Parts: sequence; C-alpha cells; structure tokens
Amino acid sequence: MSLQVENTNGAASGRPKGGGFADRFSMHTKRLAWIWTFLALPVLFYSVIRFYPTLDAFRLSLTDWNLMRPPKFIGFENYTKLFADPDFWQVFKNTFAYLIFGTPISLFLSFTIAFFLDRVRFGHGFIRALYFMPFLTTAAAMAWVWRWFYQPAPIGLINDFLAYFGLPQQPFLRSTTQALPSIMVTAIWAGLGFQIIIFMAGLRAIPTTFYEAARIDGLGEWAILRRITLPLLKPTTVFLVVLSSIGFLRIFDQVYNMTTNDPGGPLGTTKPLVLMIYQSAFSSYQMGYAAAQTVVLFLILLVISLLQLWILRDKS
Amino acid sequence: MRKALLLAGLMSGISMFSVNSANAVEIEYWQYIYETRVNAMDQLIENFEAANPDITVKQVTFPYADYQTRIVAANMAGKGPDVMQLFYGWLDKFVAGGLLQPLPQDAFPHEQIESEFFPIVTAMSRDGEYYGLPTAVRSLALFYNKKLFEDAGLDPENPPQTLDELVAAGKAIAKFDDAGNMITEGMTLDMAGQDHQWWREVLVRQFGGVPYTDDYRKVTYDSPEGTEALEFYTNLQLEEKIGQAGFMDEGQAAFRAGKAGMTIDGTFRLGSFSQIEDFEWAVTELPANADGMRSNYSSYFANGIGAKVKGEELEASEKFLTYLTSPEAMSVWLDVVGELPARRAVALTDENTSNPIYGPFLKGLAYAHTTLFVDRAAQRQVAIDMVNRVLLNGQSPADSIKEAAADEQAIIDDAM
Repeated sequence: MSLQVENTNGAASGRPKGGGFADRFSMHTKRLAWIWTFLALPVLFYSVIRFYPTLDAFRLSLTDWNLMRPPKFIGFENYTKLFADPDFWQVFKNTFAYLIFGTPISLFLSFTIAFFLDRVRFGHGFIRALYFMPFLTTAAAMAWVWRWFYQPAPIGLINDFLAYFGLPQQPFLRSTTQALPSIMVTAIWAGLGFQIIIFMAGLRAIPTTFYEAARIDGLGEWAILRRITLPLLKPTTVFLVVLSSIGFLRIFDQVYNMTTNDPGGPLGTTKPLVLMIYQSAFSSYQMGYAAAQTVVLFLILLVISLLQLWILRDKS
Repeated sequence: MRKALLLAGLMSGISMFSVNSANAVEIEYWQYIYETRVNAMDQLIENFEAANPDITVKQVTFPYADYQTRIVAANMAGKGPDVMQLFYGWLDKFVAGGLLQPLPQDAFPHEQIESEFFPIVTAMSRDGEYYGLPTAVRSLALFYNKKLFEDAGLDPENPPQTLDELVAAGKAIAKFDDAGNMITEGMTLDMAGQDHQWWREVLVRQFGGVPYTDDYRKVTYDSPEGTEALEFYTNLQLEEKIGQAGFMDEGQAAFRAGKAGMTIDGTFRLGSFSQIEDFEWAVTELPANADGMRSNYSSYFANGIGAKVKGEELEASEKFLTYLTSPEAMSVWLDVVGELPARRAVALTDENTSNPIYGPFLKGLAYAHTTLFVDRAAQRQVAIDMVNRVLLNGQSPADSIKEAAADEQAIIDDAM
C-alpha cells in the first residue's frame, strides 16, 4: 500500500505546482483513486468479457435470434418450447446423472486415495504424479483413447480383456444404458488427480498433535477418521464438492469427443445440457433457444451451489 | 515550412492513391480447410491472376467446424467474403439471412446453366434466381476390398450389382470368432457416415417409396415402402449379420483397416482411401433393386457472391466466379481434389466415364437426387436415431419410422 502512495507522489511531482490532483484531495481519497485505477482494468475486462454477455444471454433468451436476422422479441416462447421438448428432459436427466453419481464417487475415491497415499512414504511423489497425470492431459485426447478402449472385440482393449477371460462382450458406448457410466468413469478419472492433491493438502494441514492426543486417549483408527479427520477436512470437502458439482454439470469435452459421430448418443442417452446448448447454437443456429438453455443451466448451477453451501455450512 | 509539409503529405497521399488504383482490385475468397481443396484453389487463383493481372484474389480458410459461423459473423460485421464456398444445403439459411446476392443473369444466363450443368444445380436456385454454382459435385458409390472378395471366393472383377447380390457377397465375407464376435464385416453399417443418404434417397426409392415431396418440405417416407427400406437396412445387422453398427468405431475406418468387404461412401473419400497400401480396392455403382432401378445421392459445395459486394469488386468477383465454373477449373479440381466436374461436357468425356474410379460415380450422377436439407446435422441425427431405436431398443421399424418422420417434419417446419 505504501508503495502506491509513493507512486502518487512520484506522478504528482512532475506536474506544475498548485491546484493539482495531489494537493486537492486527502491522502485517503488519493489512495482510493489509485486502488480503483488499478482495479479498473480487470473490472472493465470482466464487465465486457463476462458480465455483459451473461446479462445479454437473458435478453437473447427472449428472442428468436438466428444470427442472420435481427433478434425479435418473442416473450417466453423459447422456455415453453424447451420445457415441452422431451429431448430436453432426457438431457436434464443425463446432466443430473453425471452430477449425482459423478460427484460422490469421485470424492469418495479421491479421499480414499489421498488418505492412504498420505501414509505412503515409498515412491510417494511418483505415485502422486501418476494420479495427477490425467489432470494435465487434454480432455479431448484422453476421450479419444478411451473411445478406442471401449470398442468391440478386435480393437477394443477392454473387450479383448473380457474375451480373454471368457466373459461376454459389452457394448459400452453403443448401449443406451452403459454409455453414460462409461463416459462418466473417464471424467471421474480425469478429475481425480486434482482432488487428491487438494485432499492431501487438507490432510497435511491437520495438526499431528490432534492425532497424538487421540491415540493417547486410545481412540481407534475409525474413530479418529470420523471424529478428527473428516470434521477438520470440511472446508476442503465443501470446496471440492462445489467445484466437482459444477464440473459435472458442465461436462462436455468427454461426451462430445467420445460420441462425435452421434453427438450425445446413442439416442441422446449421454447428452448433457452443455452439448445441447452447443448444438442449438452452433449447429442449428438457434441462438435464442440456446440462450434460454444457458439461462436454465445458470439457474441450476446457482441453486445447486447455494444448496451445497447451505447444507455444508458451518453450524457452529 | 508548414505549407511544404502539407504539400508533401498531399503528394504522398496522391501517390499512394495512384499506386492503389494501378495495383489491383483485391477480392477475398473463403472456403474451409481441406488440404486438397486449398491446394486446388491456390492453383486456380494463380491461373486466374495470370489471365487477369488487375485482380488479386486472397484465399481465406477456416476449419470446417467454424466455417459457417465465421461467414455469418463476418456478414454481421460487414466484413464478409466477396466470393465464398457454401454447401448447397445452407442456401435457404444464407438467402434468408441476406448473405448472398443473385448471380447476374447476363454473366450467368439461366438457360445456359440448366443446359450445361448437371440438373442437381437447380438446388442453388430460389424464386427464379441462382445464388451460386459449383465447380465440382459429389456422388456415392460402393467401394469394395478386392482382397477380401478373393479370400471369400468371390470374383473381384464382378462386384454386386443388385441388393440381393450385395447381401450375398456380404454374407460370404463376414467373419466371426469362436465367441460369435464379428472380426470382419461384409459391409459397413454407419448411419452417421453416408448410410443415411443411401437410405433416404436410394433405398426408400428402390423399395417403391418417396422420401419427401418434390420441394422437400414434407416428409413422406413414413409409408409401408419406407418401412420396408428401413427393415432391409436394419436386417443387414439383425438378420443377415453382414455388418454391425459401431464396428471399429466408423465404417470408413473399418474399410481402411481392411476389416470390411464393402462400404458406401462418396467421391470425397477417394483421397483418403488412395493412401491404402495393404490391399487393392475398387468402386462400383450403388446396387440396383430387383427391377434394376438405381438411385444415388449427390451433393456439392457451390460458390456464391456476397450480398454486400458492389462496384469493381463485384465485377472482379463475377469474373472469378466465371473462371471457377469454367471447364478448365473443373479439370484442375478433378485432378487435384478428385471431385466430379459439375458441367456435363467436362464430366462425361470418354476418358472419365471409362475411368474405373470416376466412372461409377459419374454414372450415379445421371440418376442422383439432392436432398434439400434445412438443418443437415439435425436431419441426419433423426436418421441415426431411427436406426438406433430398432437396433438398440428393439422398436419395430414401423413405429421407429413414424417417430422419425414426425421429428424431421418438426425440424423442417421450424426452419420455414
């Protein structure tokens, strides 16, 4: 802060004396002015790049804009069309399937791995790097590798493996029931590394004295986990739950790349809301309709995030 | 001093102006990125500039996925291309959006277009005006793997000519392992590839149905004949077991890998299949039905002039478009890209029709249909889902086709 004040003096000293900015205002005002000058850039940038388009989406969702003709106001027609569209409800169901199964499974896995990895001394860094690797890989590249893993027998690794043990072949991506879990597994795997790192940081932040005291008092491992580790890890957990939920609600890369020939298929059983928005906007050019879908997604994200923060709030 | 400066400024301004006018009119040509197409266009631009030293043409390219959006966005910003390549199926949208201007009739007389080009170019006309002309056109044919034909005891010089022969050949080629898993397909089944076109414009007609009304505004394949066509297609997997949707991910991948005896694909695949080294392949016309009736699907990218182009740019654009649709340009395009010339006289030379590869595609053009899509991706999705409902959900073809017809009609009505 003091550095900024000095800057003010520096800038002012070069100017003609008397009646300048430097003399007319108090130190406090000057300081504020400088703070806002520096803040103006990001604020302006975000207003133009983020907030304005976000707000404009609400306006566009009430129009029939198709990029070609100027948008015409049509009231809530896009929304009534959306809610009457059976495809939308399928997509809605899919999106929540990704969320409801994806978030708990990924958090359970990452916590378990972090919990035990924390105790491993041998090769700790190497194992941690292995878990983190998928997070560094491009989602599209990973999706394509998995897509080939899931193929039928002659080229699909998993089906070859099943065949080797005499187990029946699975259709995976060609099935209306298995496709969504198959894609979700890859998304969970991709995000695991990040969650493990965050959980481990959380675990390391818990003072060892708590554990020592508990052990002296004769608490078992399970009780220590339940009474000390989990409660003290809560801020980390809340952070990850919210982040992972938003991630699953916005899932796109994996689905799109694993089903490019029949996007979101078969029969729309893997299509998330974001893919539907993408198709409405950039394949059918129904910008107004796509905007209505983004508004719905925005509201879902908002409600879910607020709900989670409220449920997981600190009750003390 | 100040006067001298002003004068110098003026002089330099004038000299720049004169340089500009002596230099050339520059027009922009837009197309999507596809190596051979970009190379062919470079060559055409070079030829054109040599013949018209006062015009320079700048080629601008975008990835296919962005291409349409770029044109539309550029048009809104008033910075659109002078001459652009567009898929015939985008025409309704582009005309409604005011992206194109009608081709001037003095440079492109209608009688001449209709007598010299293949009849499918009429898909570029709306309300008595033409909005673009293609350099090249595409059609479908049956590619087959000669090695797999021989291995199955079939004559590689006598590919199937009817649907029955197609099924018989497919059965002979298809191979399964001990557990019953397909390891070689008789024929690829890939609705997301070209099969949806094959079903719509070829199979439906061959089974006696009509896919759409003449103006393509009403879906009419929801008929007993259409159902039969769908049943024939889905039975290739369910009953005859000559192919399997999703085998090796994509039909063209299976064929390239030598794991499929036959595949239906377009002229645009010639470039990628020409890199196959492991086996010999050949091309034949799409099989006829029992009565010898054949059909085909043809499509093309046309070249049109931007709506806001005027003055000397318009003049230059007209000249360039005339060159792009000239016999010379078509020959270059055939050599470099492998797409068929859009003018009959250039296409139907003895050399071309007797060419073992181009021949079958050219024959197909004579009886081809061109589906007027309103939203190609969405309409294709309807066909993909129609087949998947039968293959994956066990829905009856009759129910599935009914659902598909209703869905596609809704897409068409929405766009109108």
